Amino acid sequence: MSRADGVTTHTLRLELDDEPGELAAALEPIAEHGGNLLSVFHERGSRTPGGRIPVEVALDCPAERFDDVIEGLRNRGVTVVAADEEYYGEAFRVLLTGHLVDTDLSETLREIESASTVAVEELSLSAPDGVEAVSSAYLRLGARSGERGAALEQVREIADRKGLTVVEPLEASG
Amino acid sequence: MRLAIVGVGAVGRSVAELAGEHGHEVVGLADSTGAALGDPLDVEAALARKSETGTVGEEPHEALLQADYDALVEATPTTLGDAEPGFSNAAAALERDRHVVLANKGPVAERYDELCSVAKESEGRLRFEATVGGAIPAVRTVEDFGPRHVERVRGVLNGTANFVLSRMAAEGLSYDHVLSEAQELGVAEADPTFDVDGTDAALKGVIVANVLREARGRDALTLDDAAVSGIQNLPVSALSLAAEDGRTVRLIAEASPEGVRVGPRLVPENGTLAVTGTQNIVQIETDHAGRLNLSGHGAGGPETASAVLSDVGRLPPR
Repeated sequence: MSRADGVTTHTLRLELDDEPGELAAALEPIAEHGGNLLSVFHERGSRTPGGRIPVEVALDCPAERFDDVIEGLRNRGVTVVAADEEYYGEAFRVLLTGHLVDTDLSETLREIESASTVAVEELSLSAPDGVEAVSSAYLRLGARSGERGAALEQVREIADRKGLTVVEPLEASG
Repeated sequence: MRLAIVGVGAVGRSVAELAGEHGHEVVGLADSTGAALGDPLDVEAALARKSETGTVGEEPHEALLQADYDALVEATPTTLGDAEPGFSNAAAALERDRHVVLANKGPVAERYDELCSVAKESEGRLRFEATVGGAIPAVRTVEDFGPRHVERVRGVLNGTANFVLSRMAAEGLSYDHVLSEAQELGVAEADPTFDVDGTDAALKGVIVANVLREARGRDALTLDDAAVSGIQNLPVSALSLAAEDGRTVRLIAEASPEGVRVGPRLVPENGTLAVTGTQNIVQIETDHAGRLNLSGHGAGGPETASAVLSDVGRLPPR
């Protein structure tokens, strides 16, 4: 979103450690870099697979300073899972099809996540013909800015080894 | 223009039938069994003979290549590897300083550099609009912008695969079911392998990449250089999951000066690239003019013949 005064609205998805003061510390760099916090959404009890707390933040800032905001957060040790995913394209979707269950889906997901830059943010599985037949999984993956290509390469490699088919997002080839 | 047409499949036949409307004369028509010559040729009679006897005429193939035509329309079936007989037909015409208009993808996908060097020595021009995207003016648009100003071309370049994917997604029907339905409707051929395994789209991608590379002084690619995967056996569950998130799957070909890639890809369900049925779309990304989308019929006799005839219309008089 962009306005005449050059101020743009952004959405960040952060992951915080479950410790006192983490949220406040995470928000500081936003103001420091000229950002105006609009909302903070934190679903109580919601945890990432790694036990961290996902937080969604909306903010306004001058368009040219948004990169500084992200940089500032990362320098503070905050995990920025996605920043304006459509704009930055940090979260992306892939489809996996094949004998997902036979080839140990949980292990596949663990392997994908063990590539340090990738997080499986959402998973839908469909096995209409039973777990022994060909099934499909739709994954929403998060990777840091600029690391999506490597993340996708990792997914491709794992799928290849397990005889699974990957349907990649088109925009990832940018 | 005086046209000699090699190949009397859906495209060659339509070119012969529509040539008159475009102000051209047909002086020769050849199928795999023989040729018919005339000045001008009675196209209707030759095609009737083809329907009755299976052959357009008794003249030898060489007689057609040696006939007095301005432009040779090469519409024999696309072959891989040596791209014969298409390549030799095209080369023979160029060597006689005649124009060549290709509907056959083989020569420009598999032997582009060789064909261009023959064309360079010739007074005749080489055109091949009909090889990419049927009626869609893809090659010409790239040429009009200047291939050096085009960074990437991508799109849906196979109507059969697109029909299958869009119908699977819309109706929740299985791949096998939709494919046999497509065959009944005549949308898919009896052997649809090259359509569903990505080969056909890859050939078109390679042709576009070759145009982009030639302008940058780089060697041509062939099908072997393309990374290709198809849509065979894609489960309908994959399409349903994608639909829950507002996305769908299309067989997308991408061509850039760096290479060619074809495979099923996730695209926004209501996005530009998610054309339905047998429609094709070509998306051209330019350096200064942004993105251009051209959609239309990517196959079919009269549609592809129209692309051939618009190429013919742009040829300089001999």
